[in-house]
Parts: sequence; C-alpha cells; structure tokens
Amino acid sequence: MMKKVFARPKSLTEVPFTYCPGCHHGIIHRLIAEVMDELNIAQDTIGIAPVGCSVFAYLFFNCDMIVAAHGRAPAVATGIKRVKPNNIVFTYQGDGDLASIGTAEIVHAANRSEKITVIFVNNAIYGMTGGQMAPTSLEGQVTQTSPYGRDPKTMGMPIRMCELLSTLNSPAYIARVALTKPAYIIRAKKAIKKGFQYQIDGKGFSLIEVLSTCPTNWGLSPKEANEWLEKKMIPYYPLAEFKNVEEVS
Amino acid sequence: MAKVIIDQERCKGCELCTIVCPQKIMVMSKSFNKKSYHPAEQINPEKCNGCAFCAMTCPDVALEVYK
Amino acid sequence: MVERLLMKGNEAIGEAAIHAGCRYYFGYPITPQSELTAYMARRLLKIEGAAFIQSESEIAAINMVYGAAAAGGRVMTSSSGPGISLKQEGISYLACAELPCVIVNMMRGGPGLGSIQPAQGDYFQATKGGGHGDYHLIVLAPSSVQELVDLTIKAFDLADKYRNPAMILGDGLLGQMMEPVQFKEFQKERIPSKEDWALGSCQGRKPRRIVPFNLDPDELEKIVNKIGRKYEDLPKEVQYEVVNMDDPDIVVVAYGTVARVVKTVIQKGKKEGINIGLIRPITLYPFPYAVINDAANRVKQILVAEMSLGQMVEDVKLAANGKSKVFFYGRTGGVVISPVEIWEEVKKILNQN
Ligand SMILES: Cc1ncc(C[n+]2csc(CCOP(=O)(O)OP(=O)(O)O)c2C)c(N)n1
Ligand code: SF4
Ligand code: SF4
Ligand code: SF4
Ligand SMILES: [Mg+2]
Repeated sequence: MMKKVFARPKSLTEVPFTYCPGCHHGIIHRLIAEVMDELNIAQDTIGIAPVGCSVFAYLFFNCDMIVAAHGRAPAVATGIKRVKPNNIVFTYQGDGDLASIGTAEIVHAANRSEKITVIFVNNAIYGMTGGQMAPTSLEGQVTQTSPYGRDPKTMGMPIRMCELLSTLNSPAYIARVALTKPAYIIRAKKAIKKGFQYQIDGKGFSLIEVLSTCPTNWGLSPKEANEWLEKKMIPYYPLAEFKNVEEVS
Repeated sequence: MAKVIIDQERCKGCELCTIVCPQKIMVMSKSFNKKSYHPAEQINPEKCNGCAFCAMTCPDVALEVYK
Repeated sequence: MVERLLMKGNEAIGEAAIHAGCRYYFGYPITPQSELTAYMARRLLKIEGAAFIQSESEIAAINMVYGAAAAGGRVMTSSSGPGISLKQEGISYLACAELPCVIVNMMRGGPGLGSIQPAQGDYFQATKGGGHGDYHLIVLAPSSVQELVDLTIKAFDLADKYRNPAMILGDGLLGQMMEPVQFKEFQKERIPSKEDWALGSCQGRKPRRIVPFNLDPDELEKIVNKIGRKYEDLPKEVQYEVVNMDDPDIVVVAYGTVARVVKTVIQKGKKEGINIGLIRPITLYPFPYAVINDAANRVKQILVAEMSLGQMVEDVKLAANGKSKVFFYGRTGGVVISPVEIWEEVKKILNQN
C-alpha cells in the first residue's frame, strides 16, 4: 500500500487558480492552506483578500473570506479581530497593496501588534494592472511606469518592508522567505506556520514577506523568473527572520 | 517505489516541476490539455523517489505524490 | 421615570450609541466632533469585549468599521468635513457589501480644510452618494441633543434593518450644545441576529464570502439592483416635523440647526401677523418629498434656508415640482444664519410676490 505523501490541502477549494503559469501566488496559497490544515484552524479562520491579482483569493480558501479595498486589509483585519478575537484572521497582500497605498495601515496594525497574520507577496511589480512600478521594484527595473528603469534619484530605492517594520517594538514575528527551490519552500512554510501559531498563542502581529515571481509582467518564462528572483531580488531582499518574540535579545 | 499523479487539467505547463525533479523524470507532454497548455508528464516512473519536490513547487497544486 | 441628564451633543451621541449596543468605535480626531471620539474612548475602553481604536486615519477607521461590521459587530465611526471625505471609499465598499454601520458627520465649513464652524455643505455628499458608484446612505438630521440621541439609536436600527450604512448628519453647533436628554429603555433583543450572514467560524456551514465587486457586468448589475430595491423601500421610513402648517402664508424648509433658527422666526411672525410654516426633514435620505409636494399645493412660496450655497433646495424644488415658487437663502463657510436674516428674507419674498 502506498501512502499519500503529498496531496491537495483541504483548506483549498477545488476552484482552479486564476494565476498565470508559474506564478508563485499559487504556491503561497497552498502553503497557507497546508498550515491551516496542520493547525486545524480552517473552520475558525477569516481571510482578507486584497486588490491585486489575488483579489480572487476569496474563491480559493475553504474559510470565511472578505475582499478589502486596495491596501486596507490590515484595517479590515483589525476590525474583524476586535469583534471576533477567537477567530484566526489573516490578510493576503501584494506589494502595491501593502507597501504603497496601504503603507499607513500596515505600519499601524503592526505597531498596535494586532493579533493577525499578514502574508505579504513581494513580486516587485503591479501584476494586476499590467506591470507598473511597485515600491519594491528594483533599481533599474523596467516597468510600464519606469520605462527607462527605476531611477532612485527620482523614484526612490525599493522599500524593504520587513526591515522597516522591524524597527517597531511591538510585532511578534517578521520574516522574509522565497520559493524558488524546495529548501526555500520548506522554510517558507515554517515561517507561515509560525505566523499563524503566534496568532493562536496571542503573541501579536506577524508578517511573512514572500518574494514571488510575476513571469507575465517581468516578461520572463517561469524558469527565468525564478532565476531572476534568486539573482536580483534575494541579494537586495535578504531571506531572514527579522523579528521573533521567542528570541528576544 | 513512489508514484506521482498529475492532474493534467490543472496543469498550466509552467515547467517548474521539471526543474526541481532530482531524477529529471518530469517532462512536458507534446499534447495539449483543455486550457491549451502542454501538461507535465512523467517518464520512467520507476525512477521516482517520492521526494515530492515537484508537487511542492507546482503553483497550481496539480500533483499528488504517493510513496 | 426616565432620568433627565444635561449632556453635550457630541457626548450624547456617544452615550446613545453605547445605549443602542454599539461596542466598537474607530475614529480619528477632528473638530468639531472630537468630544465624541474621546467619549467613546472613555466608555468603551472600560467595557469587556468592546473595542475603541484611535486609528491612523479616517481611511483606516472606516475600513476597521468595514471589518467589524462584516464580523457582525454594532459599529460606529465619526468625523467631520475632510475626514468624512477620506471615508468615502470605505463607505462605498460598505454599501456594496451591504454592511450596516453608523457614520456621524458633524459638519463644518468647507470646502478644503474650510473652517471649524457649523455648516451644512455636506448635504450632497451625504444624500447623493458621496463615494463612487450607485448607492445611497440612510441620512438622519437631528436638530436637538435629544434627537441626537434618538436618531443615533434609530440609525443603528435602520442600518441593521436595511443592511446599509446610515449617517447622522449634524453640525458643529449641535455637537457643542448642552441640553437635557433622556435615554429610554433599550431592549437588546431588537438588535437583529447577524448569524446568518456575518463572518466567523464556518464549522457546520459553508464558508461565507463578502465580495464587493464582480467583474461580470451582468452579475454586478444584479448586486446593484438588489441594493437599489432597498432604496425603493426606504420612503416608508420618512420622518419630518411640521410646525405651524395649518394655514401658512409661506413655508420654510430647513433641517438641523437652521430649523431651530426658523422656529424663533415663526414666533416673531406670529406677533407681526405673518404665518410662517416650517417643514423640517428629519430623514434627508429618504427625503420627505410628499409632505413638501403637499405644501406646494397650498402655498405660493417656499423658502429653503441652509448653511450652504444651496443643496437641499434642489430636492425641495423636485418635491414642489413647479407648483410653488422655491426661494433660497443661505450662509456658508461656517456662518450660522440668524433669525433676523430669515425674517428679512420672508418679508422680502412676501412683499415682492
Ligand atoms: C484605490 C485604488 N487604486 C488603484 C486601484 C487599481 N489597482 C488594482 S490592483 C493594483 C496594484 C496591484 O499590485 P500588487 O498589490 O503588487 O498586487 P499583484 O497584482 O502584483 O499581486 C492597482 C493599482 C484600485 N483597485 N483601487
Ligand atoms: S500577472 Fe503576475 S502576479 Fe498576476 S497572476 Fe500573472 S504572473 Fe501572477
Ligand atoms: S516525486 Fe521527486 S523524483 Fe518523483 S517526480 Fe516528483 S520530484 Fe521527481
Ligand atoms: S509545476 Fe505544476 S503546473 Fe507547472 S508544469 Fe508542473 S505540473 Fe504543470
Ligand atoms: Mg505586486
């Protein structure tokens, strides 16, 4: 008899993902769902979908879901969690959503240490609207709105959200992960699981930044996109745990 | 002995599973699925070690692994 | 006997909200309603399970309201002018998602940063939508501290009944005014159960989704049409006050603070032999078209007085439907209309026509 060693997590619905071939949004969804399965929390979880390619995330998770206005998911999560403190609340947000239009909301939710888990998908671009510059787009990166490459003189340098939020005292857990190889994926899942576990334990705010590909708007094949992420993004966005209440220095 | 089941209709032909497979037995099929993608298929299935790297990497959760 | 308390308008709203079972408040300070935010902090931070947050912005506040309402909480936010403008995106989402909540706008002079004095320039914003898309708020316009109490409670009930955001449209003067108020007993049972739609634990039921969009125009049209049918039902909630309307020589239509001023002018008119009638809309949306239409059949002149360049006057003209002449008198920028001004205007209109 063979044992199933890898199967579709129950916390995912059967609906096929709407993402482009090779897009990491799908891997991230699956990891969240696996964690929900393993912690047995799907029945008590409320997820908040952003505006961005993952606006359809509400279709994919087997738990209560709500779509928030662009960037406002941390505020919406705050409202939900304050009314339903016994539910598990997570937001799922892109880089335009979290690091541009929703900067105020994420900083203050983190600073209040709302007991929520934030999954931050950094793909260095605005996917949904067709490839405009994101606050996280790399120096020199060509996008629809930085056609000559991102020029730090006038466009600023890419924002490192984990580092920025780690300057706050209150958050419980802040980490950056990637998904370009199995070892990374295993680590990413551990980080996401910690994020949810800390919420269950009432430790406070957690954020997991996932470096993610957008093959479509990067103009690369999925394989090339993975390579670009490893070669260009990881050196600028180091993979690390930036904050962990369990390891107070 | 291990086995990978491919849901060819979920597959979007991204090829990421072919890169991570240590046995190099995940390849792209010449045929099309309903969404007009070339889905993944396994050659020499007896070589599969059940590591599930392919499934772990698949963005569309198209793979199941038995061991 | 229900006890009478002397309360400031802004604080009375806060107490009324708590009285009505509101346990969640999210807001950002702005004059002339900051006492309300402070009052909610004082009260809610002492109630187990309740939440008060001074949010990072009005945008965050309204989105916290969106989340709290989605989770089934009785929830309120409040602001004025610029802050209400910032809330519009969230208000539109609340309307689309059919989530109940109460939003208080203690109007101040605008546009821009404007002034912090009382005004009525947000009538269009409140009654015609304000945010993007096809929706309305339920809008209630108190004109005394007691009404701030009664209408705040009513706003929660109507918001729940229609699953639509409701707005208290007051002004800076009402917020600062001290008057005696009574809180009638409030039966908790009248808060409808939200168990059949609010987010929470999906054990034993299908997961729920609150989705304020649909990319398929036919599907979105269905959503908007469903919301639209609620607005067709709303006229039965119309509320207004009429004063001295038995045999008026002229009718004044005014709401909120201005209606109080008109009441003084009515007394002066009586002494001088002029019968001034008053129609005071209490619900601004739904608007009391019928009673104004009826008045237009009976008098030749209607005067609309507002602390704006003229906003409600458009609804009064629609209601009068050409049957009587509709005049307008307004002061704006935070200037409160004085009784003398209205009296002079009434005389001018009666002399000329
Ligand atoms: C208030 C507002 N402004 C702009 C938009 C248009 N918009 C939709 S998604 C998006 C950017 C999405 O980028 P990101 O958050 O990085 O998500 P991704 O699609 O890359 O996953 C923008 C600008 C909007 N929906 N609402
Ligand atoms: S546009 Fe980019 S981020 Fe959006 S689904 Fe496609 S690959 Fe993913
Ligand atoms: S389970 Fe491992 S060996 Fe087998 S096909 Fe997948 S990646 Fe290759
Ligand atoms: S990773 Fe998944 S979607 Fe991509 S080719 Fe392999 S099976 Fe198909
Ligand atoms: Mg992005």
